[in-house]
Amino acid sequence: MTVAGDLAHDHDHDLDANPALDPLDRRLVLATQNGLPLLPRPYHHLAEQLGIPPDEVIERLRRMLANGLIRRIGAVPNHYAIGYTANGMSVWDVPDARIDELGAQIGAIDFVTHCYRRPRRLPAWPYNLFAMVHGASRAEVQRKVAVIAGILGPDCRAHDVLFSTRLLKKTGLRIG
Amino acid sequence: MSEVAIDAIDRAIVDRLQGGFPLCEQPYAAVAHTLGISEADLLARLQALLAARVLTRFGPLFQIERIGGAFVLAAMRVPEGDWQRVVDAVNAFPAVAHNYRRESERGCELNMWFVLATESADAIAEVVGKIETACGLPVFLFPKEREYFIEMKLAVRA
Repeated sequence: MTVAGDLAHDHDHDLDANPALDPLDRRLVLATQNGLPLLPRPYHHLAEQLGIPPDEVIERLRRMLANGLIRRIGAVPNHYAIGYTANGMSVWDVPDARIDELGAQIGAIDFVTHCYRRPRRLPAWPYNLFAMVHGASRAEVQRKVAVIAGILGPDCRAHDVLFSTRLLKKTGLRIG
Repeated sequence: MSEVAIDAIDRAIVDRLQGGFPLCEQPYAAVAHTLGISEADLLARLQALLAARVLTRFGPLFQIERIGGAFVLAAMRVPEGDWQRVVDAVNAFPAVAHNYRRESERGCELNMWFVLATESADAIAEVVGKIETACGLPVFLFPKEREYFIEMKLAVRA
């Protein structure tokens, strides 16, 4: 299966124009995949490591942000530590013809942290819309899921919520 | 996962740093200024937040698909009696980035949900084959077909 083929989104037209990572970009990815240096001049520090001018580090990061290679530069909070101890993956079976409109509505809800269309795997899995909902308790997640159900109304043919009960592994992305 | 004591400044830092970190010579100083703290204080607190695992990471978040790689959600139906053997077998694969046990409200039997991260899209099929062989169970793949969400929206509430 090719996952790249699944990414033919409307907003991904720039993907074709997007050249593959050049060797220097790749070194920059490798140098920052564990995080940005916690030093007053982090980009200067990277520049020294890579043997290029600091402006070029900044320019390359700016370009990768612009073309989507970098989604954002920022912090990834641990949901548990910031008070969201319940994590529910709500999943919905909605008509294919309506999913983009409905997905946009659900994705815009402030408590929905991720919202995706994914394939059904019949008969085991009839759901095509996934919305992650975090809360301080299961009851809070369930209240939020009820709000989603209300918005979907009769377009929701079936749904489920899968709560994470145990984190079995979590490592960052590693390339190289 | 234990709760970590964080104060109002820490909360403001976590909220402020969820995106939009500046690309300038002294970005920490610029952020510290907007928060009304010193650059040294911001750096020390960031270090502490990472050490305490309030933050799991700070830096550029790469879209692996745009780099030619793949990030795919996968699930398995693991029999209870075989649970630990399968956890160990699945987690042994470096391509398994996250793995959660999940419990359905409605009796869905897919109870192990993990994310496969590989440097090329083709490598996904290969690793799925290996996981299926190692576990003796089918892997269901749920590649992202469309994303309806862009930003990070969780406010700190601890």
